[in-house]
Amino acid sequence: MHTSLALLSWLTDPWQEPLTRRALLEVVLLGVAGGALGCWLVFFNLAYSAESLAHALLPGLVGAALLGVPLLLGGAAGLLVAAVAVAVAGRIPGLDRDTAVAVVVTTLFGLGVLLALTPASPAGLQGLLFGDVLGVSDGDLVLAAVLVTVVLAALWVTHDRLLVVGFDRLSAPGLGVRPLLVDVALLALLAGALLVAVQGLGNLLVVAVLIAPASAARLVTRRMGPMLLTSGVIAVVAGVAGMYLSFYTGTAAGASIAGVLVLAYVAVAAVRAAVRGRPRARTPQGAPAV
Amino acid sequence: MLLATAGLACGYEAEPVLTGVDLELRAGDQVAVLGPNGGGKTTLFRTLLGELSPLDGALELHARCAVVPQTERSRLDFPVSATDVALMGAVSRLAWWRRPSRADRRLARAALALVGLAEHADTTFGDLSGGQRQRVLVARALVQDAPILLLDEPFTGLDAVSADRLEALLVSLTQEGRGLLIATHDVAQARQWGTVLCLNRRQIAFGRADVLTRAVLEATYGGEIVDIDCAVHGQDRAVLPAHHHEH
Repeated sequence: MHTSLALLSWLTDPWQEPLTRRALLEVVLLGVAGGALGCWLVFFNLAYSAESLAHALLPGLVGAALLGVPLLLGGAAGLLVAAVAVAVAGRIPGLDRDTAVAVVVTTLFGLGVLLALTPASPAGLQGLLFGDVLGVSDGDLVLAAVLVTVVLAALWVTHDRLLVVGFDRLSAPGLGVRPLLVDVALLALLAGALLVAVQGLGNLLVVAVLIAPASAARLVTRRMGPMLLTSGVIAVVAGVAGMYLSFYTGTAAGASIAGVLVLAYVAVAAVRAAVRGRPRARTPQGAPAV
Repeated sequence: MLLATAGLACGYEAEPVLTGVDLELRAGDQVAVLGPNGGGKTTLFRTLLGELSPLDGALELHARCAVVPQTERSRLDFPVSATDVALMGAVSRLAWWRRPSRADRRLARAALALVGLAEHADTTFGDLSGGQRQRVLVARALVQDAPILLLDEPFTGLDAVSADRLEALLVSLTQEGRGLLIATHDVAQARQWGTVLCLNRRQIAFGRADVLTRAVLEATYGGEIVDIDCAVHGQDRAVLPAHHHEH
């Protein structure tokens, strides 16, 4: 009885304050959206693009903080500048696409850090880099709820077209699907997710919620539907576990969540490798059992 | 008549890759499309599918086309079943906000049964053999309900048993009234199909298999023709493009 009460207390203590309850809701919402969207990012090989976009919007966020305008607007402007810069850099002869993206992102990220280190910068700008999930407002929660609704609805509507393009991009036009439109839709969802999630999880850590759960789910599922569900569950469970870790060890919430998300992937990969490495049962004749 | 072209030229932007195509395809026709890599087979298929606009000449399409690509283009690590892949054929008929219905799913399963894969309907696409994957892609084209099928080297990489099964399937499809254009490098097989279309950046020949003279084959393959003994095809001798003979 005493142990049960202690366990119950251990489980509920972190959520006594409205501040942590809001953070919990934010993590759950971002986990659902990031877990589902991440599955398609993984299969469309957009993990590097996700990381690049997240880093490239830093100067926009810092600029917004300096000017006192909403971070969402600053982030959106940062994404727009990054997209134009990548397009322009990609047209430079002898510069391949990955190199162009790397040059632009490094430049923009450096510019963001430079702005953040100016004497005029307000305190707390490190929250933009590493997140401040405990500082989310009611407005942030509404934004996250809108994000979840839009992402899930868009993924539901475009599911079959995403399958067609992801399965065989070259054959997609013959099946009535335009890969460019599907790519644009997916990148628009990614941009929206980054803009909303970056405020809670930070510029450097936000990619973890998009890529780690999906990569883990990919290891243990054989169909897209179960993969989407598994990824969402892993993202939410790991996110909440990260908050417990942060509460009881005093570590930064965003970093704790990102760390547990990556640990979840490592754990799933290790279990899968162990199961696969186990010798199969054999029939008396020595043939593998089927 | 399913399709007819007259002096058709096609290519990318304003650059013609293939010119002078005079072709007729009727219900029940099985036409072998011969030509070297880069000879214009894929460009012709993309034009018939509407992905490229004709640069010159006339193109009369009286029925829808569906393509059966090479299986190597598909991602084998993608988490889809044979039914999922066949169901992709229904997407082109749907408005952008619609999802395939249960009726579409039944249609996909019926198409898989038609190509002899009913028992593999729930198998992951990447776990199927090469021949089975090719038949799944044929099933997907059947779900598109297109009277014209464009098959891009469907026999590449298949073992003899799988090739025979696919060959029988294609014959049954023509007997149902579909018209098939089949890109291939196998001259002996093309002779058996009855009608051939030879391309090498222009139309070299079109007609019954007896148009496949040595001169036509040399023009089609740029003169790289070798003679081989070919008892397996029931003939004393066959000719093949040199680069295929070497493999």
